[in-house]
Amino acid sequence: MKPKVAFFDFAGCEGDQLQVANLEEDLLALLGQVEVVSFREVMKEHSDNYDIAFVEGSCTRLQDEDRLKQIRKNAKIVVALGSCAAIGGINSLRNYKDLDSVKKTVYGDQAKLFDSYAARPIDAVIPVDAYVYGCPIDRDDFLHVVKSLLLGKKPETPTYPVCVECKKNENVCAFERGQFCVGPVTRAGCNSCCVNEGTICWGCRGLVDNPNENSHKEVLIKYGLTVDDAIGKFRLYFGWQEAKR
Amino acid sequence: MSKEINVHHITRVEGHGNINVVINNGTVERCEWAIPEAPRFFEAMVVGRSWNELHHITSRICGICSIGHTLASLKATEAALGIKISEQDLKLRKLALHAENMQSHLLHVGFLVLPDLMAVGSVIPLASSHPAEVKTVLKLHRIANEMSNLLCGRTTHPQRLIPGGFSKIPTAKELAALRSKLMDAVPSLEAVAKLIKGLAGKLPDFKRETEFIALTDPNEYALYDGRIASSDTGSAPAREYLAYTNEYIVPHSTAKWAKHARESYMVGALARVNINYSKLSPMAKETAEMFGLAPVCHNPFMNNIAQLVETVHSVEDSIKLINELEADGLVPQPDYNKPEIKVKAGSGVGAVEVPRGILFHDYTYNDKGICTRANCVIPTNQNHGNISLDMKALVPQIIEKSKSEIELTLEMLVRAYDPCISCSTHVVKVNGN
Repeated sequence: MKPKVAFFDFAGCEGDQLQVANLEEDLLALLGQVEVVSFREVMKEHSDNYDIAFVEGSCTRLQDEDRLKQIRKNAKIVVALGSCAAIGGINSLRNYKDLDSVKKTVYGDQAKLFDSYAARPIDAVIPVDAYVYGCPIDRDDFLHVVKSLLLGKKPETPTYPVCVECKKNENVCAFERGQFCVGPVTRAGCNSCCVNEGTICWGCRGLVDNPNENSHKEVLIKYGLTVDDAIGKFRLYFGWQEAKR
Repeated sequence: MSKEINVHHITRVEGHGNINVVINNGTVERCEWAIPEAPRFFEAMVVGRSWNELHHITSRICGICSIGHTLASLKATEAALGIKISEQDLKLRKLALHAENMQSHLLHVGFLVLPDLMAVGSVIPLASSHPAEVKTVLKLHRIANEMSNLLCGRTTHPQRLIPGGFSKIPTAKELAALRSKLMDAVPSLEAVAKLIKGLAGKLPDFKRETEFIALTDPNEYALYDGRIASSDTGSAPAREYLAYTNEYIVPHSTAKWAKHARESYMVGALARVNINYSKLSPMAKETAEMFGLAPVCHNPFMNNIAQLVETVHSVEDSIKLINELEADGLVPQPDYNKPEIKVKAGSGVGAVEVPRGILFHDYTYNDKGICTRANCVIPTNQNHGNISLDMKALVPQIIEKSKSEIELTLEMLVRAYDPCISCSTHVVKVNGN
């Protein structure tokens, strides 16, 4: 019997589920191996009987915790899909704002109706078995994780920084070009895709295991960033991870 | 006889929306389009961030229209800082926008709407019952994504689009290869149009007069730039967008709603076709004629057809743009290109037509180029009011039908707008602090 899989989304842009749709012809091959029983973005049918749950988006409200716990109860394997679910992602930027005043500015005296708290990855609420990092996820990385899970293996995740891949791709280092980059502390696995396209690593895959973030901030400052800007670079995607450390 | 329709988290749309209808003894007691989506406060998140990060952050408002958000963001930043881009970069950006419109429209019409017309729950069973048709749609969708990859360095959350131009551009050879693929796409598109034509009778024949708002330009079918035009009141420059969008709060929605000359207005492919029909490419006009789509069309279900027409337009106009770039001779640029930009204080508005309609980004920067205030108005926000009023007009016309038929028709109505609900709530207006 084919394993049953389901997709769920919380606070996010649904760009990761779009990458699944963007598998195009590979998606048809994948559909030969699994049975999709719930995927609100593309299908009307829904079932609570599934083996693998892919969850996109951060948890940003108390009311979402119940939904997450229910998914955990139903699924044998829970996979965090994309930065927002895996590390809190860009949503964590709001964690540095005074949420009450933001809500009041947005919703006025009705602010109380709209429950919201600091954005967090889903493993802050439920145990997670596997992670697909990236904003958005890389399609090959997704297929690698799915294949591993279908074979009953734990998916391998790089434990080295983006710089390793970037050097292999023979990119000119952002620092040598007078730009700033968080590749030295960011988990690899993206094949340094942003630098390959002429920009910098923004850190969307989150902090690598055992990052030397303080010395990297010193490097940023040495190359001319202010302390605030260096902290700002780290807040773009690492907000939740840093707060936890 | 009472009927209660509660569609909790409507499927095959982006984001979370609920339909609540109560019919009692033949009268509609309640008819509500509610948005329970979790808000994300993007406009607060960007305050304090630098001018060279805003396009990266606001791209994340929406995975499906990330190119459109990036372009509107870049245009706002460039207007605020007085940055001009080259004619070549302008054409390359127009190609990037076409790529996204094609990708998004094909995803919507081919994967999300087609199942309704073929009476199935999703595209998945169609893959085995209609493999040739599904493969044709997949092929076209893949070409659109390859085009995004080539112009933006990625299909979602672009990298190459930066303030002042591009960090990297395609080579002349790559553009010529893209043109061949686009030309090869034409017969496939014709096949999709024929398939939809055979099923178009399933689209409800419903009309409700409303106002349409879209960008307009005297020289082209306005997508990347233009003046804001209303089918009711004339046009104005993009910087005057607040006079058009007039957002307000409703209690059953975390998204804000909008109105202009009437109680609601519509944006998106149908609004654009209605306002700019004469500027469509020849093949796009032929497609419109095939479906009897002519301005002014007041049937919101025809938005699906307008998307198909625009897909044809995007393919044809992209071929034209590549021909022009080739004729002018593509000017190469340095690797890791980073245009020299002088930072200054200022405000700017960027308006772009994205798949679901007119999108505005509006920023203020201080003299260090740090964002002090941001406002974004999203197409779906502008459509929520129109969806709701369409529902109220439609329910009495179909009140005699079975509960499941009413439910399907209302779902089809919402889907016709191709709403991007996470966009519409993930951006809520915050005035700078």
